[in-house]
Amino acid sequence: METDQLIRTLAADNAHRARPVGFVLALALLAAAPVSVAMFFAGWGVRPDVMTAMHNPFFDLKFVVTLALAISAIAVGLHLSRPEASLQGWGWLLLIPAGILLAGIGSEMMMPQRLPMMTRLIGSNSMICLTAVPLMSLPFLAAALLGLRHGAPARPAVEGAIAGLLSAGLAATLYASHCTDDSPLFVATWYSIATALVTAIGALAGSKLLRF
Amino acid sequence: MREREDEWTGLMRLAISGDSVAYHRLLKAVTPVLRAAARRGLARAGQPVDQSEDIVQDILLAVHLKRHTWDANAPFAPWLFAIARNKLIDQLRRRGRRVFVNIDDFAETIPSESAPETVPAGEVAAQLQSLPARQRDVLQSIAVESASIKDTAAKFAMSEGAVRVALHRGLASLTAKLREQ
Repeated sequence: METDQLIRTLAADNAHRARPVGFVLALALLAAAPVSVAMFFAGWGVRPDVMTAMHNPFFDLKFVVTLALAISAIAVGLHLSRPEASLQGWGWLLLIPAGILLAGIGSEMMMPQRLPMMTRLIGSNSMICLTAVPLMSLPFLAAALLGLRHGAPARPAVEGAIAGLLSAGLAATLYASHCTDDSPLFVATWYSIATALVTAIGALAGSKLLRF
Repeated sequence: MREREDEWTGLMRLAISGDSVAYHRLLKAVTPVLRAAARRGLARAGQPVDQSEDIVQDILLAVHLKRHTWDANAPFAPWLFAIARNKLIDQLRRRGRRVFVNIDDFAETIPSESAPETVPAGEVAAQLQSLPARQRDVLQSIAVESASIKDTAAKFAMSEGAVRVALHRGLASLTAKLREQ
C-alpha cells in the first residue's frame, strides 16, 4: 500500500472517536471491583470488631494511606498514558501515601503503647496480608492494564508498574477492613511488600501489554 | 519551524472537531518529516535507509489510533515526535539493533524538496492479506481503489455505518498485527 493511500484511508476513518483513556480505565476498574469484593467476602471478610475499630485513628489511617496510593497512582497513570509525558513533576504524587504513612509512624511513636515495637511491626496477619492483597489486586491489575492499553505510554514497563501500584492500593483498601493489625509499622512493612510484589507483576505485564 | 508546528496544531484541532480534509492535510504535511527522521534513524543503526517507508506507515497508523491521547490544548509536534520516536525505536529493535533515538531527530528535520528514493512499503500490504475478509475488502476498496465510504457501502451491500466499523477495526487489527509480527 502506498503511503498516500494509507493517509487517505486514515482520513476516511477520521469520524471515529475514541473514548478518553480515563473513561476506559474507570469503566474497567468498575467492572473489576465486584470480582475483588466477592473474593474479599468469600476469603476474608470484614473484621468482627469493625464498629469499635473505626474509632481507632490508626485503623482509619490505613484507608487514608491505601486510597492515597490508589488515587495518586491513577493520576500518574493517566498522565503517563500520553506519549510525550514523563514522571518529571508527577512522580512526587506517589510519595504522598508514603508521607502519610511516615507521619502515622511518627505519631504512633509519640503515644504510649501496650505492645513493643517489633510485636506491632510483625503483627499477627502478615502472611494473610501477603496473600490477600496480591490476590485481590489481580482483577484490578488486569482492568488497569486493559484501560491503560487504550493510552500510548512511552515507557510501558513504568506504566505497568503504576498499574500495579494502583491495583495494590485498591486491593489493600479492601484488605484493611479485614486486618486487625492497625499499627502504621505493620502497614509500612507488610502492605509495602505486598504492593511491591504487585508492582513488579504490573511492570512485567506492562512491558508486554502496554506497547502500542 | 515554529510556524510549521503551529500550523500542525491548528490542523489537528480541526481534525479532532471532525474536519477530515484538515486531517488529510496534516498527515500529508507531517509525512516528509517522519520519513526524513526514519531515514536518519536507519542510517544511524547501520540499516539501509530505503526501508523507511514501512516505518513511516507504522508511525502514521499509531498517530491515527492514538490521537485521542493528544491534549488539544498542547502543541501537536511534541506529541507527534513522541509517538514517532517510540515507533522508530520499536522498528529498529525489531531489525536487531538497540539504538538511541534523539528527539531532536524530528524537531530539526527540514523536509527536502526532492523525494528521496525509497523502497515501497510492504509490511502493511502484507498484513492486509491476513485480515478477515470483510475488513480487508473495505480497506482495499477505500485505500487502493480510492472509493468513498458511500461507494464502498453500495459495492458490498453494507450500510455506511458497517463500512465505518469495518474500516476502523481493520486499521486497528492491522496495527496489532504489525506490532506482533
